[in-house]
Amino acid sequence: MPYQHVTFHQTGSLAVGGRLLTDDQRSVQSGRRRSNSLTLGHRACQGCGEALGARYALDAVQRATGGQTIAVNATGCLEVFSTPFPETSWQLPWLHSLFGNAPAVASGVAAALKAKGRTDIRVVGQGGDGGTVDIGFACLSGMFERNDDVLYICYDNEAYMNTGVQRSGATPPAARTATTEAVGPEPGNRFGQGKNVPLIAMAHEIPYVATATVADLRDLEAKAERAMEFRGARYLHVLVPCPLGWGSAPKDTIEVARLATQSGVFPVFEAEDGEVVGVSPIRHRVGVRDYLRTQRRYAHLFQPDERTDIIDRIQRGADRNIKRFGLLPAGVQEESAS
Amino acid sequence: MNKPFAITLDVGSSRANKTGSWRTERPVYTDRLPPCNNACPAGENIQQWLYQAEDGAEGGYEAAWRQIMADNPLPAVMGRVCYRPCETACNRAQLDEAVGINSVERFLGDEAIKQGWTVPVDATPSGKRVLVVGCGPSGLSAAYHLTRLGHAVTIRDANDRPGGMMRFGIPQYRLPRGVLDAEIERILAMGVTLELKSTVHDGEALLKEFDAVFVAAGAHIGRRAYIPAGDSARILDAVSLLHGVEEDEPPLLGRRVAVYGGGNTAMDAARTARRLGASEAVVVYRRTRDRMPAHDVEVREALDEGVTMRWLSTVARADGGRLLIEKMQLDDAGFPQPTGEFTELAADSLVLALGQNADLSVLEGVSGITFDDGGVQVSPDLMTGHPGIFAGGDMVPGERTVTVAIGHGKKAARSIDAWLRGTSASHQPRHDLAPFGDLNTWYYEDAPVTVRPELEAARRVSTFDEVVGGLDRATALYEARRCLSCGNCFECDNCYGVCPDNAVIKLGPGQRYEIDYAYCKGCGMCVTECPSGAITMEPEET
Ligand SMILES: Cc1cc2nc3c(=O)[nH]c(=O)nc-3n(C[C@H](O)[C@H](O)[C@H](O)COP(=O)(O)OP(=O)(O)OC[C@H]3O[C@@H](n4cnc5c(N)ncnc54)[C@H](O)[C@@H]3O)c2cc1C
Ligand SMILES: Cc1ncc(C[n+]2csc(CCOP(=O)(O)OP(=O)(O)O)c2C)c(N)n1
Ligand code: SF4
Ligand code: SF4
Ligand SMILES: [Mg+2]
Repeated sequence: MPYQHVTFHQTGSLAVGGRLLTDDQRSVQSGRRRSNSLTLGHRACQGCGEALGARYALDAVQRATGGQTIAVNATGCLEVFSTPFPETSWQLPWLHSLFGNAPAVASGVAAALKAKGRTDIRVVGQGGDGGTVDIGFACLSGMFERNDDVLYICYDNEAYMNTGVQRSGATPPAARTATTEAVGPEPGNRFGQGKNVPLIAMAHEIPYVATATVADLRDLEAKAERAMEFRGARYLHVLVPCPLGWGSAPKDTIEVARLATQSGVFPVFEAEDGEVVGVSPIRHRVGVRDYLRTQRRYAHLFQPDERTDIIDRIQRGADRNIKRFGLLPAGVQEESAS
Repeated sequence: MNKPFAITLDVGSSRANKTGSWRTERPVYTDRLPPCNNACPAGENIQQWLYQAEDGAEGGYEAAWRQIMADNPLPAVMGRVCYRPCETACNRAQLDEAVGINSVERFLGDEAIKQGWTVPVDATPSGKRVLVVGCGPSGLSAAYHLTRLGHAVTIRDANDRPGGMMRFGIPQYRLPRGVLDAEIERILAMGVTLELKSTVHDGEALLKEFDAVFVAAGAHIGRRAYIPAGDSARILDAVSLLHGVEEDEPPLLGRRVAVYGGGNTAMDAARTARRLGASEAVVVYRRTRDRMPAHDVEVREALDEGVTMRWLSTVARADGGRLLIEKMQLDDAGFPQPTGEFTELAADSLVLALGQNADLSVLEGVSGITFDDGGVQVSPDLMTGHPGIFAGGDMVPGERTVTVAIGHGKKAARSIDAWLRGTSASHQPRHDLAPFGDLNTWYYEDAPVTVRPELEAARRVSTFDEVVGGLDRATALYEARRCLSCGNCFECDNCYGVCPDNAVIKLGPGQRYEIDYAYCKGCGMCVTECPSGAITMEPEET
């Protein structure tokens, strides 16, 4: 089940920590001795969701494995901003090979550890959405198919950010990127294309698949830890807003991710052996407009004229998510669908 | 050099890269003034004591009570009679319902009485003697604070028992006397000398005996209105009625009682009449309900007890057994104007609740003292025109409530202390207000307000038992924890958790956090995600 929030204090466990919580109710991130897998001085942009998501996820994995984790990273922002030679921000064993082969390298590391009888050491593969859903996809699917003992984490910022915001298979409809410009009758990225890799991962019937965002830390940590309870191939897909590529304010990274979940644009769920076993219900529902408005990559939907037709289409997609995953418990009303 | 193949440099940490140089704005922790604190006439630090109360029975309640006592020596009384301007101002009202500040205060006050908590006097004696005239809330508050500041205090009061209007005005069903006595006793036990049945006549003469005087003689004289009346009409004023009840000598009212006026005193008079056996208690008021000065709760509680209301009505004439009532109508400016339309109202007695005037005789004739608005003129530090004589509470112009009186007592004590020591009272600069818009309310749990239990209706009209009940330990804790901690860090760890650059340092319990400006890039995420709005962005100096 997704993280069940503790609901008895002023903030309960919605906040990162809280002096009134008992130790076992605290998040990994609230601890003064969290491992800070990604440390100070990295060169990610102000308010980078990917840097945050990576620290959240890997610190939780490190706690779950007692600090016995090796990470394998695809090329992309996460790699470039953390390791300009000879500096590194990583405080765990970390390898980088190529843009497209991280899942295969991770499989290899796991095989080597197995051969050495060191299955106590666990392997995480990680990369951006481009490295995962596009160029690295064959390696990833193979890793799933073989059920290699790797947790693969995709930090989804919905485009190729490191090379200047090009479209990926995870770029949402109508979003402007450098390669899907806001011109023509259907400006921005086309509808009906792209891949939903969490669902594709589920189709491989691997032991564990989950989605998460940087807006719900407890849920993300719970999923990273849950993933480490399994052996075999596991997949965690984390939505990480990118202020640069999305044109959102750096201060709003978490807020934007929150709006993605509360509008139904990004469903947060969890699946075991190919079956959905839990969803994170919407707490304060908003319309997709509230989400789209926060980002300049959707500016062409609001000016010069509001493209209600396109916005409605995006809303229908969100509504479909809500229905499909059962995201709306009875009683949660739309707060503003303006 | 023994390096692996193709490696030419030693591995370094990115810590060498001080990303703080990217910043154009910096996050700064602040303490803002919560609207509740801002609204409290007694100057309580409400947010702070709610925060302490959140720790609950393990020392939390006692610490919270001590924090209240720093400003207000009568929490159990205030938790019953205060009109709660704090709750009107509370930011949580914009989210669901205001925090039940007053009910937590009452719980803490009652807990202190139960546990016998006291406040120590540890100031070195100043050798100065201060006289307080009047043992109402203002005088008691002044005496308490002056004692804690090291001065020897004597209170003189004309009555035979202390408490002022808290005893002789506010009825027992709202303020049980056991509670009042316990809180007054606790103040007296700190070393205050109380002289009862000693009416003070000449304020100026007292300065020969004392180093300073604080006069808080209240406002006790029931206002009269000219009403043509027949010989057999029975007319009395509300203050005398309530005073008589307290002295166990209630006046005869008859079966049908009319109360003239629309303030809280009118409500108390009508509710008291019901308890004394009146089958009908009718409030006659010139304007409409929304213009009534009585507070909503008081009106509601009166209606619940079977009190009825005649709006837009004045008493044109009183005779034995009946009143002549003239219908009024509001003009464009909202003033009631006579219509020439009359009706009759059967009433055995008429209680006038038209407000009270201050008895200023103590200070009349004292050199330098001036009067205005029916009250004594005082400077902002509450000194009258006569050096060494201070005044506060109901007898100075302004709002007349127990809370204001207590606030005046505290302020006067500080001013008197400064005056006696030849310094000036220090005024701490006020923080900026913490507006609702600065909160990130996502993080707060949905939590409806706790409703206080009420005595059942039958016992409310037959006895003077307390009507409104208190919270228990569990509900008090819940209610305290509904506080949003507006503008003040409550250590939720959000800033520490959400910083993508690990640039927030957690200093440990009670120590809060610090920004590591060597690495903070100034994204402002900590500011956005801080639930309580306790961080702001400031432009970086260039
Ligand atoms: C019926 C009624 C209900 C009220 N209910 C509320 C309520 O619910 N909440 C609220 O906040 N406020 C309420 N008030 C108002 C509140 O009681 C007063 O504002 C408050 O008591 C004023 O405090 P004080 O210390 O200035 O004067 P008081 O409480 O009036 O005390 C003055 C004291 O001075 C003494 N005194 C007067 N002259 C002399 C003299 N010459 N020599 C010696 N002693 C003297 C008097 O005997 C008295 O004890 C109510 C008032 C009334 C009348
Ligand atoms: C084979 C190959 N093609 C292209 C590149 C250039 N390249 C480096 S990172 C990157 C995009 C990364 O996008 P994504 O995986 O989404 O990660 P992000 O930077 O968005 O986090 C590209 C195209 C490369 N390094 N290798
Ligand atoms: S471009 Fe986006 S993903 Fe890359 S470092 Fe900047 S904010 Fe992070
Ligand atoms: S929520 Fe708490 S701090 Fe804010 S106004 Fe209400 S009582 Fe005061
Ligand atoms: Mg990407």
